[in-house]
Amino acid sequence: MTTTTTKADATAEPAARETVLDARGVTMRFGGLTAVRDVNLTVNSGEIVGLIGPNGAGKTTFFNCLTGLYVPTEGEVRYKGQVLPPKSFKVTAAGIARTFQNIRLFNNMTVLENVLVGRHTRTKEGLWSALLRGPGFKRAEAASEKRAMELLEFIGLADKAQHLAKNLPYGEQRKLEIARALASDPGLILLDEPTAGMNPQETRAAEELIFAIRDMGIAVLVIEHDMRFIFNLCDRVAVLVQGQKLIEGDSQTVQSDERVIAAYLGEPIDETPKAAAPAEDAAPAAGDTTEDAAETEADADAPAEDEAPADDAPAEEGTPADDAPAEDASDADDDTPADAADAAKDAAPGKENDA
Amino acid sequence: MTTISENPQAPAAAAPAKTADRGLIGLLPERTARAVVLAGAALTVASCFLSWTWTPRFPGDLTVYGYPAGLQLQVLVTGVLTVLFALSSYGVKGLGWLTPAGADGAIKFGALATFGTAWFTVAAISVQLGGPVNLEPGGVVLAVATLVTLLAALDLPFKRPAVLPVDPEDTRWDQHKQSRRNRWTAVKAAFAAPHAVKKLPPLPSAVEILIIAVVLGLALSVFTYGIGTEYDELFLGFLITAGLGFAAIGASGLLKQATQLTSKHQNLSIAGAFIAAALFPFTQTDDQYATLGVYILIFATVALGLNIVVGLAGLLDLGYVAFLGVGAYAAALVSGAPTSPFGVHFPFWAAILVGAAASVVFGVLIGAPTLRLRGDYLAIVTLGFGEIFRITVMNTDGTSGPDITNGSNGIASIPNLNLFGFDFGQPHTIAGFTIGRFANYFFLMLLITAVVVLVFRRSGDSRIGRAWVAIREDETAALAMGINGFRVKLIAFALGAGLAGLAGTVQAHVTYTVTPEQYLFAGPIPPNSAFLLAAVVLGGMGTMSGPLVGAALLFLIPNKLQFMGEYQLFAFGVALVLIMRFRPEGIIADKRRQLEFHENDDTHEPAATPAKAGA
Repeated sequence: MTTTTTKADATAEPAARETVLDARGVTMRFGGLTAVRDVNLTVNSGEIVGLIGPNGAGKTTFFNCLTGLYVPTEGEVRYKGQVLPPKSFKVTAAGIARTFQNIRLFNNMTVLENVLVGRHTRTKEGLWSALLRGPGFKRAEAASEKRAMELLEFIGLADKAQHLAKNLPYGEQRKLEIARALASDPGLILLDEPTAGMNPQETRAAEELIFAIRDMGIAVLVIEHDMRFIFNLCDRVAVLVQGQKLIEGDSQTVQSDERVIAAYLGEPIDETPKAAAPAEDAAPAAGDTTEDAAETEADADAPAEDEAPADDAPAEEGTPADDAPAEDASDADDDTPADAADAAKDAAPGKENDA
Repeated sequence: MTTISENPQAPAAAAPAKTADRGLIGLLPERTARAVVLAGAALTVASCFLSWTWTPRFPGDLTVYGYPAGLQLQVLVTGVLTVLFALSSYGVKGLGWLTPAGADGAIKFGALATFGTAWFTVAAISVQLGGPVNLEPGGVVLAVATLVTLLAALDLPFKRPAVLPVDPEDTRWDQHKQSRRNRWTAVKAAFAAPHAVKKLPPLPSAVEILIIAVVLGLALSVFTYGIGTEYDELFLGFLITAGLGFAAIGASGLLKQATQLTSKHQNLSIAGAFIAAALFPFTQTDDQYATLGVYILIFATVALGLNIVVGLAGLLDLGYVAFLGVGAYAAALVSGAPTSPFGVHFPFWAAILVGAAASVVFGVLIGAPTLRLRGDYLAIVTLGFGEIFRITVMNTDGTSGPDITNGSNGIASIPNLNLFGFDFGQPHTIAGFTIGRFANYFFLMLLITAVVVLVFRRSGDSRIGRAWVAIREDETAALAMGINGFRVKLIAFALGAGLAGLAGTVQAHVTYTVTPEQYLFAGPIPPNSAFLLAAVVLGGMGTMSGPLVGAALLFLIPNKLQFMGEYQLFAFGVALVLIMRFRPEGIIADKRRQLEFHENDDTHEPAATPAKAGA
């Protein structure tokens, strides 16, 4: 799957074995609710790691633990061997940048200014140098601006540098958020659903963008619901269900894992559970919330993919027939059926059709 | 059902198409309307040279033929403007530059300004002298001419915006609301500029600078005229004339072109504005209006300092006037005033440092515990601290507490400043002009204002300024971008406090006395927290000139309209509500918001101008 970017592998290979992010036993409790339970995850440099799981599985909470927005109740997060400080601005200074699930740009600032804010940790000019405007200040401002324009060039928004961020179309706002995160020269970038609400063409473009980011030597950890996207993209995928890590491995392993299928689709109705472990995990997952059920439907095409389309999907540039399931998936996200059992039943024939 | 409801819509949809090129009221065809506007405006101008009333008992003496005075002068100005716009709409050679965005919107506003001022005058004469009988023929001519001009101007065609037709199935109240909304959109479109502003042709920079100088000169004369208005009617007329006149110039597109020029030569324009302001005392024969000038400057400077805190960093500070008080008290205590318990007399440079430093310390002390709060909580806590300052000062009088501030008596007889042998208390004669005590302080205060303007501009356009705006926009995202939110907010808070303290040191000397009652949360006399905030919001948050304009207005209006008396605060409340409803961005819109408007007009423009503004 990653053979399409052989060039990237060549550059990333020497440093590839360095562990960038090392989360050990991260647990996050909110009162009596354990949102994330004992999750271990490592990200190596030059790697794209995916984090998937049904809604409410604790993916974003885990992200917030990594970026210092939350302080984990237990466990520790290390970035390049250093334990991360519990403040989000210090985490960014250390080298982890992130984007948000619902876009959080500085709406009334221009596109360029948004990226310049991202440069904050990499520049040092304080109030006095701003007031005195020495040559050092001007040099630093010019350098920041140059870097910001490079990044805007990189994501293709250079011609809109002076527009207000809030006037950009949705897809470009997502891109701008990535550029803003890149501006802090991170070693690891965390993307929280970078393609949510995008059409297939935009998703494909985002994919290219993330490969390009990886090629810059930045490790990527990405949360996504779009299975085609995540399995195309990621070297490794971790599955989070009910706050616990179910499995971690390459896309083949994850896609063929019965527990993952169970978590997303629910248990087959006619059959008895095959193993003890999936039964434990799947039972709460299926009975949990209606959102879970929606997820089940949404990702019905995921297991189907590994048989036929998976081989030629990267080569094809999104033919309409190919895109249809993806669109269905994002639609299904929104209209949550009331009944979980119904959803599971609906999903089953859907799977047959796709296969 | 649907077929029935569609039928009434069909004619409704067809009707606007027919009236698309008709005016707002549709009495006259376009040609006639335009001619009537021109004739009416010309007649208005002529009527300004007639007598409007028979007795000089109405202030300003409007009885003289051939010599416009008082309110006549204002009507004359708006009338001439309307005539010029009308001529320009006929394509008269040499007047095209007047209306770079098309003439019709400007004509309408011009006619409205003339009508407003004229009918205000007519009404004032009738009320004051007891009936319209007191109008001379000139006054009647004026009233009729302005009315006809306005009606004809409203007949000028405009591009009607697409509106939602009223849904016949709605409730009657909803129908009413919808039709009212449609009517309002039509009115707004009628007064809007017909097309986008033409870009200025490239001019030699000497010409551009000359234009800027002329604009600044005009602004100075308008301000000087406003500050020198002697009676209520004249000032009210001035407000009507100036407000609607500026709207007319705005609709003509001239204002936008002027802004283009000033943002191109930004530093020069600011320097020019300061020179124009420094010329103000030379336009005055006595110290009376220089007093107003220096108080306006103090108020405006503090408002600009507050704008860093509120406008840039988004920290709603309701106790800001306390920092002005800290600065003033600190300066008063070391000024050698006989009532100061310290009995020391620092030179002014030291006093100014002490005042600013005391304010910064106070700002950090208040900011450190409170800036961890967000939004409303911060506002309430700062409100509390503002009051704590006042009450503390009240109680440190030797009986309730240590004797530091003399309690409610305050520190009186603060000596005048003496810098390099220049005694601020004495009038001086410079080039034949007598510069009195307040004018001396006016120059000093102008210097302080310049410092604050410099600080505001430089800090706003830098790494720290961007961090402030980022915090204002979205604190969580700003933190995730590596901004140390608390530290950055504390810097804004302390900087704002220090600037207010700077102004306070001068204020102590200007007013002779500092008392706790000068530093209220809300009161009838402007430098108080509520008015400061109002000046910032009214003028335009996050802009440099906004708070200056807002402060000038907020100071002048209560000062000039003495008759409002007790209703003053009420009137302000109403005015603020109206402003927030109809122009929420304030009188002067933020550069960033302007950018937003620009995008609708011309896609190439925003790329060109702000890049230069930023450089």
